[in-house]
Amino acid sequence: MSLELFLVIGAGLLAIGLFGALTQQSVVMLMMGLELMLNGVIVAAAAFWYYVAPGTADGQVLIVVVITAMAVEMAMGFAVVTAIFRARDVDMTDMAADLKE
Amino acid sequence: MLSAVPAWVFGALALVSGALVFRLDSMAKVTFALLASFLFVAGEVLLLGLGYLGVVLVLMMVMEMVIMVVFMIMYMMNPAGLMPMAMFHNTRGSAAIAGGIFIALTVGIFLVDWPARAGRPPADSTLALGESLMGGQMLTMMTLGLALFATIVASVVLATHRGRYDRFGDDLRADHPDDPIPGGVGR
Amino acid sequence: MTEVPLWSLAVLPAVLGAATIVAIAFDVALSARAGGRAASLTEVVVVPLREAVRLLVGQRRVTTAADRVLWRTGVVTVPVIALLAALVLPLGGVAVADLGVGVVWFNAMEILAWAAVWMAGWGPNSVLSLVGGYRFVAQGLAYELPHMFALISAATAAGTLRVGGIVEAQSGVWFVVWMPVAFVVYLLSAVAMAFRGPFDAPTGRDLAGGAVEELSGVDRLVFQGGRWLLLVVAVAMSVPLFLGGGHGPLLPPWLWTVLKTAAVLAAVLWLRRKFPTVRMDRFAEIAWVVLIPLTILQALAVGVLVLTW
Repeated sequence: MSLELFLVIGAGLLAIGLFGALTQQSVVMLMMGLELMLNGVIVAAAAFWYYVAPGTADGQVLIVVVITAMAVEMAMGFAVVTAIFRARDVDMTDMAADLKE
Repeated sequence: MLSAVPAWVFGALALVSGALVFRLDSMAKVTFALLASFLFVAGEVLLLGLGYLGVVLVLMMVMEMVIMVVFMIMYMMNPAGLMPMAMFHNTRGSAAIAGGIFIALTVGIFLVDWPARAGRPPADSTLALGESLMGGQMLTMMTLGLALFATIVASVVLATHRGRYDRFGDDLRADHPDDPIPGGVGR
Repeated sequence: MTEVPLWSLAVLPAVLGAATIVAIAFDVALSARAGGRAASLTEVVVVPLREAVRLLVGQRRVTTAADRVLWRTGVVTVPVIALLAALVLPLGGVAVADLGVGVVWFNAMEILAWAAVWMAGWGPNSVLSLVGGYRFVAQGLAYELPHMFALISAATAAGTLRVGGIVEAQSGVWFVVWMPVAFVVYLLSAVAMAFRGPFDAPTGRDLAGGAVEELSGVDRLVFQGGRWLLLVVAVAMSVPLFLGGGHGPLLPPWLWTVLKTAAVLAAVLWLRRKFPTVRMDRFAEIAWVVLIPLTILQALAVGVLVLTW
């Protein structure tokens, strides 16, 4: 029961999310990986607030920022997927890669 | 004081359901596995004495995941996982990167000399958060608000393919908008 | 506001269950009256009980390639979240847990209904039931924001998120007097949340039952019972939020709470028969174009009054 325990959990979630974000072909699944990474950040931020600086509310503000980042990421992600799907009928990152040409 | 057992249990369950996200076949189950991971993390946040943020996390994530599941079913092939198929690329390299980062972070976590605890938790952490957001961190709050507003506008612009000419005709003179779904106000 | 010991966790389901049975009996009586005849007492009591027993012994329907995990989870979640939300519900100054973030807790628990109904609709691998699940998500997007602004109005006026604190703040004037819009919107969204009355499109007859179409046996009992429980809990919450909780002359607080809850519940059950089913695409526009601005204005008015008065 210590700061290290929570940080290891956060690091684990971050690593799982990173693995998912790197391996998944589908854009929506890729976003799930990103959300898991942010999930790990939330654990770490809450642990830092409690164990390092509970006197100020900065740790809590960080969690609010992360939650907002999640909402923004999801809304923009789905909007982009919808736009790509409408334009080209694809939902996979590999197929969208020819956009760069 | 905090009890260690629920912290361990919630942490382990959050990791397991997080891993299930990339193991299960059914897209619906995948989304709710992610939701479970979020709920266990909310449990950890509650254990750390952040009542408001923990409950808000539950609130936000349930809404977000239910909306996500709609998109999952809409855009993924094989939404129910009835035909097992692989949707991975570059598994080995990604595993190496993710594993390497986890090991590096863990080593760092145990090697770094974390600073001693400064201050004590406030009696009401919700009040502390509110006063901070409406006081010293007001700029953060305003930036978040602007970012959210920009997101609303940008996502609607990206996602819709109908403009005002589709709704009100080429000369914009139609009395009623021509919408695929009429709505209830009777415009 | 005092908290009661742990054994009250066992009492809570019993009390709420009894209230739910009374509400169902009242609804059956109203149905009989709508049919043009007076309901006898035996009919009112026997019909729901017989139905419950029939469902208990009934066999479960099996569908092809059903997603059993999500299906069962969704069905069980409905009554569970109703009970969890009721943890903060005060009965005349006594609540099982008077949490510091009570209002947010209540809101978070009832939002889980979105996930529950969607899962129950998705589970059986059946078209009509999935359409029902989607309809509830669409309805949820419509009712949730006005609902949140209604809750915010009450919490702002009391200056606390604790339900006990909100009740104490109403020792003088009840909140319904100076936030009538929030009260009405709250009751609307409470009915929409339990998809009863005019908001029953997710289980509509045009979908042969929608989200409950494939539910049978004990599953159906748990789901439908949970829906009733959710309605009772959501409507009962309007009493501490807007109607002064246990405040009132002469009678003890717990009796006032019960009387007010019964009155609001009866009014809701009676009124909901007066309106036809509202399609959720219509309700969505009404909610976003009319109800959200109204509730924002209500919250603004409350905020200004709190600051100046």
